[in-house]
Amino acid sequence: MSTSGPASAGMPHVKSLNCPGCGASLTVRSFGNAVTIICNSCHSILDAQDPKLKILQTFKAKANEDPPLIPLGSRGTIRGVAYEAIGFQRRTIQVEGISYSWHEYVLFNPIKGFRYLTEYDGHWNDVSILRSLPDLSPGEGSLKYLGETYNHFQTANAATSFVLGEFPWQVRVGETVQVSDYVSPPRVISGEGTRKEATWSMGEYMAGREVWKAFNLGGQPPAAIGVYENQPSPLGANVKGVWTLLGVFLAALLAMAVGFYSVARDEEVFDQTYMFDTTPKGEASFVTDTFQLKGRTSDVELTTSAQVDNNWIYINYALINQDTGHAYDFGREVSYYHGYDSDGSWTEGSRENRVVVPSVPPGNYYLRIEPESDPHRGTITYTVTLKRDVPQASFFGIAILALLLPAGILTWRSLNFEHLRWAESDYGKAPDDGSLLSSVENIAGSFKSSGDKE
Amino acid sequence: MTQPTANCPNCGAKITFRWSGSVQTVCEYCKSVLVRTDLDLQKVGQVADLPPNSSPVQIGTEGIYGRRAFVVIGRIIYEYDQGNWNEWHLVMNDGASGWLSDAQLEYAITFSAPGQTLPGECKLGQEFRWNNQAYTVTTITKAHYCGVEGELPFQYWDKSDLLFVDLMSHTNKFATIDYGEDPPILYLGEAVEFENLKLKNLRSFEGWS
Repeated sequence: MSTSGPASAGMPHVKSLNCPGCGASLTVRSFGNAVTIICNSCHSILDAQDPKLKILQTFKAKANEDPPLIPLGSRGTIRGVAYEAIGFQRRTIQVEGISYSWHEYVLFNPIKGFRYLTEYDGHWNDVSILRSLPDLSPGEGSLKYLGETYNHFQTANAATSFVLGEFPWQVRVGETVQVSDYVSPPRVISGEGTRKEATWSMGEYMAGREVWKAFNLGGQPPAAIGVYENQPSPLGANVKGVWTLLGVFLAALLAMAVGFYSVARDEEVFDQTYMFDTTPKGEASFVTDTFQLKGRTSDVELTTSAQVDNNWIYINYALINQDTGHAYDFGREVSYYHGYDSDGSWTEGSRENRVVVPSVPPGNYYLRIEPESDPHRGTITYTVTLKRDVPQASFFGIAILALLLPAGILTWRSLNFEHLRWAESDYGKAPDDGSLLSSVENIAGSFKSSGDKE
Repeated sequence: MTQPTANCPNCGAKITFRWSGSVQTVCEYCKSVLVRTDLDLQKVGQVADLPPNSSPVQIGTEGIYGRRAFVVIGRIIYEYDQGNWNEWHLVMNDGASGWLSDAQLEYAITFSAPGQTLPGECKLGQEFRWNNQAYTVTTITKAHYCGVEGELPFQYWDKSDLLFVDLMSHTNKFATIDYGEDPPILYLGEAVEFENLKLKNLRSFEGWS
């Protein structure tokens, strides 16, 4: 080893050393930057700054200890910079008697320095140390960094429970440090140590497949379980943006409606009153005179109004193009009943029925009409009215619904996602920051508490 | 820049000064610590072997900070319980002296800031204000001198225990108080991104391009 002699001018290189505990060979990957190095064979933590590699601690590792998903020595590219995975540790926190563990990878570049990857249940974060201090709010419920607000998520004591490789700091198994996380998805700012002497770092959420791609790893990354503290909502968290867009669409729709209403001819082209004798006497169908449908291809609205009184009439219509023979067949029923019972007077049905035939090309048309009803009920007077190019409010209603429905579903799913995120926090619910979710949770909470009182 | 030359009083090797303000240098060959007097160079000590170096910066590295070009002419290595760090002595093209610190590849550029009121001692979390910038004490480091190389603006080669106080701000502005001197010296500067310094003549690392 070359720690003695005039080393300052020597070229650093990957050194091969032997563990003083068991003699196994060790690889130093971060040159003189390693402060501690761990022997993978006997789990001795060694002083990398000491030429004799003094043993600082030995620890027991479980036989079934998870190996690093990124093997140490792997090189990957993060934000255009090559890094080598050189260290790996498992850290564990206790929340209400349950242990939660995550893994941290130390990444090294001889010029750019250190960077870290953390992994919990398939959720990854690309972490680097902050060079400036975040602005903690007086109650420490949030902090500000580069103009962005991060909400406190969790504070816990994290114990190092397993280590491998090399570290640019003094690492020991069993050592505990307080870690506080503040989130603003997809970022998280973590403070380690006491408030006075905290090391602040920023993590940015990474999907497992991005890590796999960066390090060119084989197979599939482990599936992400649940919602992680700074996982960006797959719905693009920007629910506000969706509603803004919706507003734009609604305005456009309104403009369209205004346009349609001003352009529509809304012209009556046919209006005839007929009498239907319900006494059966053969063929009841007949055809009308020809009438002209002018202008562009547009809808035709047919209104049937019949003087029915506790009676019904059903009419088979065919709107036939005289020139092409093309027919639009449809049937309409008009029925109207009324009476009086113990609850008072009642009515059912209506004396009028309206139907819209869409997209009828211009041309000469006539109607074939065939009325039906119960026999021997006297004569029913009915009027058939045809209007050309009638603006349909229902179309706009459907369009508004079609816009509102996905926005509503998106909002609901987004709220659900945020709810799952914050359920894992120290608070169990979203911070009271005036967001939609916090308002919803407050309302839900007030219902619950009022329910408790009863 | 004038480059006065002399010979090492110990081994006779040629000693070239890159900066006229240099007070001390180290002979590249025999590692004698040499101090300039009015007349000649005096050997005041001997540099022990330096710890394994992992900084990409070296004597002769050139770069740009703000509008000023600089060249690295000297170095002090400090050791503390979390490893060691380098203070690279820079001479700017306007003749000023500055420092590029490389603490486990975290880089900062600082300049001595005389004339400020300094506390007798500091506590973690304490806030100070210099040149209209608020700083918070984030680290108090007990360190010791570990080695020197090249030209320095003062005599510096002993191995006493030293106390450094690092202060961060809500921006990238950074401060250090060196309590190893009496009176203590304040250095003000900022954390820098390595690529922004446009460094040339760096060391290369085997296996890394």
